[in-house]
Amino acid sequence: MDTILNMTGALCLLLGSFLCLSGGVGILRFPDFYTRMHAVGVTDTLAAAMILIGLMLQNPEGLVLLKLLLILLMTIFISPVASHALAKAAFKNDLVPLTNSSEDKGGAES
Amino acid sequence: MRDLFAVIMMTGIFGLLSASFFVVMDAVDVAFTEASVGAGIATLLMLTAVTLTGRSEDSERHRPLWALIVVFITGGLLIYGTLDMPYFGTAQAPVHVHVAPRYIHDSIQETGLPNMVTSVLASYRGFDTLGEVVVIFAAGMGVLSLLRLERRPGFDQIMADSIFYLMHERHLILRIVTKMLLPFILLYALYVQFHGDFGPGGGFQAGVIFAAAIILYSMVFGLPTARRVVNRTFVRLLAAFGVLLYGGVGVVSMLKGGNFLDYDVLASDPVAGQHLGILLIELGVGCTVAAVMVIIFFNFSDRKNIL
Amino acid sequence: MLIAATLAILVVMALGIIRGIVGPTLYDRILAVNMFGTKTVLLISLLGFVMGRPDFLDIAVVYALINFISVIGVLHFSDSAVFKHDADTTESAKEES
Repeated sequence: MDTILNMTGALCLLLGSFLCLSGGVGILRFPDFYTRMHAVGVTDTLAAAMILIGLMLQNPEGLVLLKLLLILLMTIFISPVASHALAKAAFKNDLVPLTNSSEDKGGAES
Repeated sequence: MRDLFAVIMMTGIFGLLSASFFVVMDAVDVAFTEASVGAGIATLLMLTAVTLTGRSEDSERHRPLWALIVVFITGGLLIYGTLDMPYFGTAQAPVHVHVAPRYIHDSIQETGLPNMVTSVLASYRGFDTLGEVVVIFAAGMGVLSLLRLERRPGFDQIMADSIFYLMHERHLILRIVTKMLLPFILLYALYVQFHGDFGPGGGFQAGVIFAAAIILYSMVFGLPTARRVVNRTFVRLLAAFGVLLYGGVGVVSMLKGGNFLDYDVLASDPVAGQHLGILLIELGVGCTVAAVMVIIFFNFSDRKNIL
Repeated sequence: MLIAATLAILVVMALGIIRGIVGPTLYDRILAVNMFGTKTVLLISLLGFVMGRPDFLDIAVVYALINFISVIGVLHFSDSAVFKHDADTTESAKEES
């Protein structure tokens, strides 16, 4: 039972770090602020949740579990609200999103 | 990078990096204080200052070449002076031979607290901490004497009601989530205050978290609403009360026959006396820090009428 | 596995700093700081377990709250007229890549 919990925790940690890395690559490679924010906002919350669940599975006792649960709940609430506030403020302050009207990379028309 | 706003963001990242370094060096209390003060409150207060001064840095009017040379020479001399000192962290350095072993060996018996940082800060070096609290109080008084809030009791009520209808439309999600989070932040500030004896924490960090909660409330719900919740007279009295409590503990120790800030004489048993003394002065520190941060923020943001 | 996750988070924090220095608009930098903050919360929690001292979780809780308050603070101040996004002084997003 202990090793099953430990292995599942390790798997969650691995998944979380992969998501984290993909968010990091996204913030560098995407062309526009809004696309970058999409990359960071989605992967940030999910990676944090995965890593915290992995830590909880590896240390399932007492006060430590409670504190990790508290951090998890707070991250799940706070991260999406911060992304929402950031996108709303950027839009209201006239930051225009990148629209794909100038380049048309193939598809049906030639 | 001439944009002051971007510079403030970089300073926030730098504060976070310092907090991570302290965590790596296993210094928990210092990391706690750096994370809450350096990366949180300092960024917010610098932002309020930048809204008063303007966003871009003035171009330099002269090139400070001579000053740079003087700084390099002085720095070189200082580094040459430190070559004589013992290496960083050796066991024979004087600080590790005389003072630190006494704290490490005797702290548990004399004060009864597991957290040695709190016992050194509050009991062995209590006089220094009194100086720190008075400095924070003086900073608050300086801000108050330079940027005074105007007295307009009826105006606050009208502004608060009108802002309520504005904010209701604009920031609905933020308002709801903030309303849910605020009780937990305040409760956590109290936990940090009283748990400082056993784990990382203490008066300074708790005061900063409490002030951050009030600042969050005032940013999301508007400054006049926050001023009605946290009355300006109350906040000034709280700042003064903290310093008074700290000094009062010292005076009571003197009246009971010991030295100034000697907690052994406060109760029948020296260890109980230490507990009581440390509890009271941490409370005083927390009160003053929270009140002064709130005073500084309210005064700065009232200047420009930023709602 | 804990150490691998810690290294991954350190790499991502470095990537975030690069975006914070390069990022043409102001909001890119705010985004970088926000990401750096949440990664710091994770880093502190992981380091606590790597070094065997779960007391660091208190710092992680405080840091999550402070990060939120800082981002909301920055956005609140960006609402005022001083911080209007100028389309001519900073490069627009289309010319960037």
